[in-house]
Amino acid sequence: MTNRLEMHGVRKCFGATRALAGVDIKVAPGEVLALVGENGAGKSTLMKVLSGAHTPDAGEMFLDGEPYRPGNPLRARESGVAMIYQELSLAPHISVMENILLGVEPSRGPLLDWRTMRRRAARALHEVGLDHVDPSTPVRRLSIAQQQLVEIARAVALECRVLVLDEPTSSLTLPDIEKLFELIRNLKARRISIIYISHFLEEMQKISDRFTVLRDGQTVGTGITRETPVERIIALMVGRDVDELYPRTSRMPGEVILEVKDLAGEGKPTAASLALHRGEVFGVAGLVGAGRTELLRSIFGLAPVRRGDIRVAAYSGAAPPHKRWAQRVGMVSEDRKAEGLALGLSIADNLTLARLDGLGPWRLVFPSRQRAACRPWIEKISIKCAGPRQQLADLSGGNQQKVAIARLLHADVDVLLLDEPTRGIDVGSKAQIYQLIDELAMRGKAVLIVSSYLPELLGACDRIAVMCRGRLSETRPRADWDERQLMLVATGQEES
Amino acid sequence: MSGAAFAESSLFKSRWVDILGRFLALVVVFVFFAVLVEGGKFYTLRNLENILRQSAVYATAGLGMTLVIIAAGIDLSVGSMIALSVITVAATLNWGGATGAATVASADAHYFVYQHPALASIMAVAAGVGAATLAGLANGCLIVGLRLMPFIVTLGTMGVIRGLAKGMANERDIYPPESTWIGSLMDPTLTSKTSSGWLLPTGVWILIGGVLVTSFLLRYTRLGRHIFAVGSNEETARLCGVRVGLTKLIVYTLCGFFCGVAGLMQFSYIGGVGQPTTALTYELFVIAAVIIGGASFTGGEGSVLGTLIGALTITVLYTGGQQMGWPKWVQEMVIGGIIIAAVALDRVRHRQST
Repeated sequence: MTNRLEMHGVRKCFGATRALAGVDIKVAPGEVLALVGENGAGKSTLMKVLSGAHTPDAGEMFLDGEPYRPGNPLRARESGVAMIYQELSLAPHISVMENILLGVEPSRGPLLDWRTMRRRAARALHEVGLDHVDPSTPVRRLSIAQQQLVEIARAVALECRVLVLDEPTSSLTLPDIEKLFELIRNLKARRISIIYISHFLEEMQKISDRFTVLRDGQTVGTGITRETPVERIIALMVGRDVDELYPRTSRMPGEVILEVKDLAGEGKPTAASLALHRGEVFGVAGLVGAGRTELLRSIFGLAPVRRGDIRVAAYSGAAPPHKRWAQRVGMVSEDRKAEGLALGLSIADNLTLARLDGLGPWRLVFPSRQRAACRPWIEKISIKCAGPRQQLADLSGGNQQKVAIARLLHADVDVLLLDEPTRGIDVGSKAQIYQLIDELAMRGKAVLIVSSYLPELLGACDRIAVMCRGRLSETRPRADWDERQLMLVATGQEES
Repeated sequence: MSGAAFAESSLFKSRWVDILGRFLALVVVFVFFAVLVEGGKFYTLRNLENILRQSAVYATAGLGMTLVIIAAGIDLSVGSMIALSVITVAATLNWGGATGAATVASADAHYFVYQHPALASIMAVAAGVGAATLAGLANGCLIVGLRLMPFIVTLGTMGVIRGLAKGMANERDIYPPESTWIGSLMDPTLTSKTSSGWLLPTGVWILIGGVLVTSFLLRYTRLGRHIFAVGSNEETARLCGVRVGLTKLIVYTLCGFFCGVAGLMQFSYIGGVGQPTTALTYELFVIAAVIIGGASFTGGEGSVLGTLIGALTITVLYTGGQQMGWPKWVQEMVIGGIIIAAVALDRVRHRQST
């Protein structure tokens, strides 16, 4: 029997970054293949190659034995490869049927054939168990779970042969997840092949027939789900050495400077407690979407606090960002482009924005003094640039990130909240940032790091807690964790 | 990037080179008309002064608009706010100067003002500028408080404020009883034999003062740095502890304030009459002046000096077209075309430098 989809040695580079370095995948008709791997392992790039959004640099793909080379997403869809992304891609204002048949509307001459459209949409809705939904309802009136089913109905209506689901359960409730699994089993029975991407290993064990593990852009293992213990899969996912990236001087933790008690935000986090000491580096592990970023944002006043208490030194309660800075707390955003930095402004403006004091008489801000205030930081943490006047958009990602961190140094904060501080930057810059974190801790600053990169947390932190679906686990010293343990707690395999 | 390459691009991007470029464009447009308008009429002292007087209104309102656009906003109600200021000034002067018409309750105050005509003028200035400032504050409150799009809010208040001005004036022109110094703010001084002003009309001096103050505000105060930050990336500003809402509120209020001042000038420029339909569509000229001056609609960019040059450019085009005897439709098309060309040029320049 020929496989439904095969990929051999697929490679893809973006500039100097190797996103895919040789991926092999096989799916049989009516089979569910789980695709697992840590964040950054190359899953999303693989999806984009499969959907035709990226053209691979090397490698071959076959669909039912025929060479498969989609030049663009439309071609992929026509060939019968459908994607359901984490972020749903429906047009919220138009009706369910128009969404289902978007781009392939039945027509009679120049006019839309509404009757056929409604009939075909109703049939597709029936297949995904949405019989009760009127095809003319605007999509925005449906729940997230129903919207997802509409997307699947769209794939079904186009008679897809391969359905790729990217983290389909991340925003679903338990009963909705059960319904989705039921639907997946029905689709299997119709010989549709399914590629199921998920962080949650329990789900993947439940629904998949086989699995393939990606790590650093490569296929590192594949097997039959039923016959493989979960420990083995995790070992395949993380199997890396912690190298000498992480300098670590002996530190003496001081008094508690940030204390969070039973914090709940809007949605996430649902329950988080932690105590951060001076001179300590504290890590928060967990999967994307577990509520780690929301935890930092609630602490920093960028997201609402619904319950619980936040105490910073002598101050208690929630506070907006400008007060947090005054309490000597600073934050680095995970999203440099959208939030972390104003790319259109100069290094000097970005670096000094959080603290414009002392840059001129009478609370005035002199541009020359802004620039002068930047120079020591540019030198100290070696920001590669032409000078403080340079526009931030001209810098590399690593150097931009250093500016974002230097902002906290300039503001001379005591508590540093770092959200994915080394995401998407080169190893050299990473090493410098780890060194800097170590130095800060030694000088009595408190650092809270959120990261998806486990070796980084195990290397740089003194204590670590894990976030899973909005709840923060108990805090344990670094020595009591290993990657496997972190992964087990993060994927909800084990209560800590 | 190597040092030498950066030196070049920094020169290319430098503020002063940018301003100089825009100034040269203004000179080119001016020379164009100076050569083509017959009999050297275009570069007479009188005409130069006229250009200054006319552009002062646009430029003064443009100061506020520059702040708004740097903060990635827009204010379509400037024309209406100018008119509100004009009407309020005229109505206040009318009240101060009129005899007998006052109510009993205000009779004493009224008589006192009547005895001191200077007081009436001061009250008129305060009322005119105050009314426009309040209108600006209202814009800011709606935009910040209700989180509405600035475009939509000010499109609405453009109508509301204009209506208010018309209502105050009963849809008729208000003729204040006597000439005051407000009415002579924009009177020619360079070319008038009877003038007692210093070289330039007082209104132009006010504009120059405004340019200096606003430049200073943008460049040397934390409010200025915050305005740039909010416009460049609102999320970053919030992350860095900038009070984004407050900053926007101040920006729209200042825009109202400058429109109020521009209203004083407009009042004088149209001959000391309270005309409720004055300054119609000025928002377009003012926005165009700011954009020609190098501000970016996406925020985070712009300069007061650029806006001044932009306002002058538009006025030169306008008066030049008039004196060339171009029909009005040609003038309108030319000015429209210049705006598009200016923005397109900026776009090309940006692409080269990044």
